[in-house]
Amino acid sequence: MLFQDIAFWVMSVAAILAALGVVLVKDLFRAALLLATVFVAVAGLFVLMSAEFLAVVQVLIYVGAISILIIFAVMLTRDVQRGNLANRLQVPAVLFPALLLAALVVVVVATDWRMIPEGEQQRVALVQTQSASVLGEGALEQAGFADPASREAAHEAGLADLLIGRFVLPFEAVSVLLLAAVIGALALARPSRGEG
Amino acid sequence: MSLESLLIVGAILFCIGLYGALARSNVIAVLMSIELMFNAVNVTFVALGRYVAPQGLQESIGSVLTGQVFAVFIIAVAAAEIALGIGIVFAMYRNTESVELTEATQLRH
Repeated sequence: MLFQDIAFWVMSVAAILAALGVVLVKDLFRAALLLATVFVAVAGLFVLMSAEFLAVVQVLIYVGAISILIIFAVMLTRDVQRGNLANRLQVPAVLFPALLLAALVVVVVATDWRMIPEGEQQRVALVQTQSASVLGEGALEQAGFADPASREAAHEAGLADLLIGRFVLPFEAVSVLLLAAVIGALALARPSRGEG
Repeated sequence: MSLESLLIVGAILFCIGLYGALARSNVIAVLMSIELMFNAVNVTFVALGRYVAPQGLQESIGSVLTGQVFAVFIIAVAAAEIALGIGIVFAMYRNTESVELTEATQLRH
């Protein structure tokens, strides 16, 4: 528990400081590298929250693809860059997020969350890390899945099961969205006719 | 580490991203801030999925993964958004030789 707490604080402080750097640093290239730091720290938070699959996806997609795309964009548009100037809306731009943050903190602290019971925590963690599906019967029984029906359910539980089961419609919508985005990005990035 | 501390970390990240999106004038910096906000929302979803009991917990243990499913969808949408965003940045740069938001005025009549 102590190790988890230390890791949580290190990851959170790193994420918040790097995020502040992203929005405050003048040099855009450094901001892009700090953004990659935020992504890595958030992947660490995912591991702490027993979302190992998401942590891997985060590293692959955010750190591997999105950061690189942003660095490409910074480098390809670099010659006209006049630093990362702030625009004229400074006061409302500080005030609105500060008010929002205060409201969010009040809501988080004041809400009576319906927590997962203490006794269920270990079983929930097993299912969330997707490790319940590869454990044997004996190990599952030891972890608190007493009757065979619950062991069966734990075996079948998984992200993929939800993605192509209960959430199949949004899943299909997202695949169409990605296709549309790819076609749109191609159409935008291709030089228009006549320019060669 | 508790639900509240994780949610507050998510809220701080979101507000930093919001400040960046409002205050910067460079299109790429705004895109980076939007990615920050996506990440903050992901942290919030996964934290809620980890600690808060879902509606159908008693019937199916698999419903504790709902928060992670939402995060997967958000990551997919973020990937689509950044691909289109970078495409728009390049198109704008080709036409105006600039990536400053204040100079993107072609759509004005």
